[in-house]
Amino acid sequence: MILRAGAAVGALAVLPLALSSYQVDLLTKMLIFAIFAMSLNLSLGYAGLPSLGHAAYFGVGAYTVGLLAVRVWNNFWVDMACGLVAAAVAAALFGLLALRAEGSYLLMITLALAQVLWGIAFGWRRLTGGDDGLPGIPRPAEGLPLSLADGRRFYYLVLVCFVASVAVLALVTRSPFGRALVGIRESARRMEVLGYDTWRYKYVAFVLAGLFAGLAGNLFVYYNGFVSPAYLSIVFSAAALIMVILGGAGTLLGPVLGSAVIVYLENAVSAYTQRWLLVLGLVYVAVTLFVPEGLVGLLRRRKDQAA
Amino acid sequence: MSFYLIQILNGVSFGMLLFLLAAGLSLIYGLMRILNLAHGSYYLLGAYTALSVARATDSLLVAALGGVAVVTAVGVFMERVLLRRVPRAELPQALLSFGMLLIIGDLCLWHWGGTPQTLPRPEVLSGAVQVGTFFFPAYRLFVIGVGVMVGVALWLLQEHTRLGAMIRAAIDDAEIARTTGINVSVLSTVVFGLGAALAALGGIIGGPMLGVYPGADFEILLLAFVVVIIGGLGSLKGAFVGALLVGLLDTFGKARFPELAMFTIFAPMALILAVRPTGLFGVR
Repeated sequence: MILRAGAAVGALAVLPLALSSYQVDLLTKMLIFAIFAMSLNLSLGYAGLPSLGHAAYFGVGAYTVGLLAVRVWNNFWVDMACGLVAAAVAAALFGLLALRAEGSYLLMITLALAQVLWGIAFGWRRLTGGDDGLPGIPRPAEGLPLSLADGRRFYYLVLVCFVASVAVLALVTRSPFGRALVGIRESARRMEVLGYDTWRYKYVAFVLAGLFAGLAGNLFVYYNGFVSPAYLSIVFSAAALIMVILGGAGTLLGPVLGSAVIVYLENAVSAYTQRWLLVLGLVYVAVTLFVPEGLVGLLRRRKDQAA
Repeated sequence: MSFYLIQILNGVSFGMLLFLLAAGLSLIYGLMRILNLAHGSYYLLGAYTALSVARATDSLLVAALGGVAVVTAVGVFMERVLLRRVPRAELPQALLSFGMLLIIGDLCLWHWGGTPQTLPRPEVLSGAVQVGTFFFPAYRLFVIGVGVMVGVALWLLQEHTRLGAMIRAAIDDAEIARTTGINVSVLSTVVFGLGAALAALGGIIGGPMLGVYPGADFEILLLAFVVVIIGGLGSLKGAFVGALLVGLLDTFGKARFPELAMFTIFAPMALILAVRPTGLFGVR
C-alpha cells in the first residue's frame, strides 16, 4: 500500500521531465481539479451530503487569494492562509443553513447559497471586476525562496499540495471519524441510536470539504492568473459532482481519476469543436445511465468477475 | 408614486412568468421527487421554437402551439426514456437533467446563434392601457392575466377534477394510490408533460418582454428554484406566493440596488430557510 503510493508519487514527480511545458500545465490543472473533486467526495461520497454549490468554496478561495495578491499584499503564505480561512468560514456559515435540510432540499439550498456569492462576484464590479473577472494574478514568488513563475516549478507546489491532500483525506476517511461518516451516510438513525451526534459529524465533514475546495481554488487562481464568476457558478459545481460520480463516489482515488478524465476531455474536445458543453452534457447523461457506480466501481466489478 | 406602480406591475408580471415555471417544477417534485434542472431549457426551447415558427407562418398562435408541442414532447421523452431509468435517486436525476440542460442549451446556441432575439408581440397588445391618470403597458397586463388564469386553472384541476384528485392522492402516497387502481406511471408522464408545457408557455409569453438569448435558461431556472425554495416544493399555493415575492424582489432590487441584484433575492431566501427549511408551504 505505502509502496504503491510511494511509486505513484515518484512517477508524478519525474513525469514533468518527460513532458512538454504544455502537457505539464495540463497535468497541473488535473491535480488542482483532483483536489477539488476529492474535497466534494468527502462530504458527498463519505458523509452522503449532495451539493450543487461546492464551487462556492473554490471560488471564495480563488477570489480571496486573487484580490489580496493584486490589491493588498502579494505574499504567498499570507494570501494562501487567508484564502483557506475564507473558504472554511464560508463553508462554516453555509453549513449552518444547509445542513438543516437533506436530499433535494439540500441540493437546492447549497445551489442557492453558492448563487449568493456568484451574485456578489458578478454584481460588485468595483471589487471583483464583475463579469469580466479579475485578471493579472501573478504566480507565487513573494515570501518564497524562489519564484514559481516557471510552469514546472509551480507544478511541484501543486504536487506537494495534492499529495498532502490525499494523505490527509486518507487518514480522515480511515479514522473513526471517517467510519462514523459512512455510518451516517448508510443510516443516520442507527448512528443516532448508537449515541453519535450526527449533525456535528456532518458539519465537520462539510467544513473540511469546504477547506480543501478552498485550497484547490487558491492553487487554481495562481495557475490561471485569472478568476471570474464562472468559477462560482452551478456549471462548475455540477462539474465537481460529475468528476466525483464518474470516478466513483466514496472511493479515495476515484475523484482523481474522474477529474483527470474530464480535464483531459475538455482539452481534447475544445481543440476540435466549440461544442464542449454539448459533449459535457452527453457525459452527464451517459455517466448517470451507464456508469452510476463510477469507473473505480466498474473496474472492481470486472476484477471480481474475473476472479 | 408612478415609479412604484410601474415597478409593482413589472414585478407582478415577471412573478407570473416565474409562476409558470415554478408550478411545473413543484408539481413534478411533489409527484416524483425529481429535481428537474432541465426546466430552464423548456423555457428557452419553447421561446426559440416559437420564434422560428412565427417567422415561418406569420401566426403567433401557431407559433405558441408549436413551441408548447415541441417542448412537451421533449419533456415526455425525458421522463419516459431517461429519468425512469434512475428512479428514486435524487442526485442521479439531478445530474441527468443537468446534462439535458447543457445539451439543449448548447444545441439552441448552435442553431439560433448567440445574438439576443425578441419574439414579436401581438398587435393588440403592443399599446398601453389607461387607468385613471396612469398608462400601463398592455403586454404586461396580458402576462399577468395569463399567469392568473393558469393559476386558477391548475387550482381547479387539482381540487375539482378526477385527474386532480388522482394527482393529490399520488402526491400523498404513491404506493397506496397504486393499490387503489390509479395508474401512477401514466400520471407521472402527464404531470411531467404538463410541467414542460407550462415552462414553454412561460418562455413564449416571456419572449416578447425579456428577449430570448443563450443563458436565459440558467437565469430563469435559478429564479424558479428560489421560488420553490421559498414557497416549498410540491405546493401550488407556495409556487404562486413565492413567484410573486421573487418577481417583486427581483424587480425592486434591480431598480434600487443594481449592483446587488442577486443578493436582494437570495438574502431573503436564506432568511426564510433559516426559519423554515422546507419553505412556506412545502411537503417533505
